[in-house]
Amino acid sequence: MAPDTGTRTLISQAQLRRGRGRAVYWMLLAVVVVGFTLVFLGPLYWMVTGALKSGQEIAQTPPSLFPQDPQWQNYADAWHHLDLAKLLFNTFYYATGAVLFQLVFDTAAAYALSKLRPVLGNVILGMMLATLMIPAMVLIVPQYVTVIDLPILHINLLDSPFAIWLPLVANAFNIFLLKRFFDSIPEDLMAAALMDGATPLRTLWSIVLPMSRPILGVVSIFAVTAVWKDFLWPKLVMPSPETRTVSVGIYAFAGGTPMNVVIAASVIAAIPTVVIFLVFQRNIMSGLTTGGLKG
Amino acid sequence: MAITTVPGAVRAPGRPAPSPPAGPPRTNLGRKVRDNLTGHAFLIGAVLCFTVFSWYPMVRGVVMSFQRTRRGETTWVGWDNYLRILDDPSFWTAWQNTFYFTGLALVLGFAVPFFVAILLNEFRHARGYLRILVYLPVMLPPASALFLFKFYAYDPSDAGLFNAILNAFGLPTSQWMQSPEMTMPAMVIASTWMNMGSAVLIYLAALQNIPGELYEAAELDGAGIWRRIMHVTIPQTRLILALLAMLQIVATMQLFIEPLILANGAGAEDSATSVAYLIYQHGFFQNDLNGAAALGVIMLVVLAGFSAVYLRLTARQD
Repeated sequence: MAPDTGTRTLISQAQLRRGRGRAVYWMLLAVVVVGFTLVFLGPLYWMVTGALKSGQEIAQTPPSLFPQDPQWQNYADAWHHLDLAKLLFNTFYYATGAVLFQLVFDTAAAYALSKLRPVLGNVILGMMLATLMIPAMVLIVPQYVTVIDLPILHINLLDSPFAIWLPLVANAFNIFLLKRFFDSIPEDLMAAALMDGATPLRTLWSIVLPMSRPILGVVSIFAVTAVWKDFLWPKLVMPSPETRTVSVGIYAFAGGTPMNVVIAASVIAAIPTVVIFLVFQRNIMSGLTTGGLKG
Repeated sequence: MAITTVPGAVRAPGRPAPSPPAGPPRTNLGRKVRDNLTGHAFLIGAVLCFTVFSWYPMVRGVVMSFQRTRRGETTWVGWDNYLRILDDPSFWTAWQNTFYFTGLALVLGFAVPFFVAILLNEFRHARGYLRILVYLPVMLPPASALFLFKFYAYDPSDAGLFNAILNAFGLPTSQWMQSPEMTMPAMVIASTWMNMGSAVLIYLAALQNIPGELYEAAELDGAGIWRRIMHVTIPQTRLILALLAMLQIVATMQLFIEPLILANGAGAEDSATSVAYLIYQHGFFQNDLNGAAALGVIMLVVLAGFSAVYLRLTARQD
């Protein structure tokens, strides 16, 4: 983020510091802080506490603000009936694998495209970027057909984690982000490494990657949250109850499970991404905005 | 809506084409590949994944839409799949619903984040807190957030969160997802709440790049706050506004998980059926993958046509 102080915005600082401007500023700030807290945090509060209410209490009018008799049992039921431990483990496993696959293949490809000048490099990059224009929904059917019978190999990837990992490697946005970062590494540095007899792999490992920690962090965080949030693709390629992700698992159980237990499970499913966000919010926000806007 | 990041489509990678080697002007391809073995080895993993899971399915989708597979036998059937899809009684409803959702989401999900960003950009306090709040819903798994809306917010009885709030203000309550008229607005509200965070943050970054002197000058010329927004803020962020509008339209046209979870798919009187949901229905419930592929191609054509017109229009303003 740009430095906050000193930059002039819509309304001048001087106007905000004096008399009426100051009063309006603080009033508006108070309204916005309270309003935003209610709008964005309120529903989450409602979710966490609602899952603690009994079936009777949740149906009562008007609804109670605090659970009168917290039913921790709802969370325990969600954990056991939906086998959340298994579902969370699956999702975590897919997310970790996705990070590894994307880091290895996308970093290598972006490095090659940026520094090693492969044959037809620009054409390949262009074709990769073109996939950003294709809406995911359009590809869902042919992708599914491809995954259940891989061309040439004739392997069925249903219920195999590779059905999640490999398609995620085909992520043009990652390649673009990484390549742009590598482009900004001075050519002199690469030449110096070459002079010292370093192979491209050695240069990547000892010079480029250590410099790229921030961008690798961004790519990893986005990979984890993408897997955690995804719904339709894992629903299609992980059909068996053993291999489901947490979102798909909750959806599958939603029909025959008491409402409060479904919500309790939804709360538990959301905890990992919320924690990731709170820990890495700086990286996430900078990653979001460095994508294509600045320089 | 479901924009997570701004794809780099804005700025094509600025790297100039590699300068040709100084040696003989044309070496053969095999030699080039051999000379730069590591370079090509590094590319191979990603290129394979793109080929199998992205490029090939694009072609295959089109091919499939003209074929029919029955009991393991695939035959060419011309336009049959397209005709069958057009005959689906839900086809036009799905398009109508999808356009309605897209339009409504544009009004809410496009204008609101922009003005929220303008507002947030003026504050000198609580900036980090407000930013975290706005982005927090983006991090929730959509299924979790939508169950919250389905069971608690859109509960049609007076015990529901929204109805309780409406009651508290003495306003008439709503049946929400039970009512065909409210289905779409309800889905747009949920979707905007879940997704607007990323747009807000992207706008904030764009707003911070506006040189302060422009506001200074406008103010000296006697322009009020509204006119400064119209004549400085909007023109200065026009590119990013145009880009995000397009990305949002493409994203909202793929409306899927909201109808699936909030409305159990079709919703009251087919009021929630979307084109993406219809693809899902044909492909995975009616055993009609070829019809689904045809609908996918129709969707692609519509979106591509829209993007072309849109780019034309925005380019003309320059």
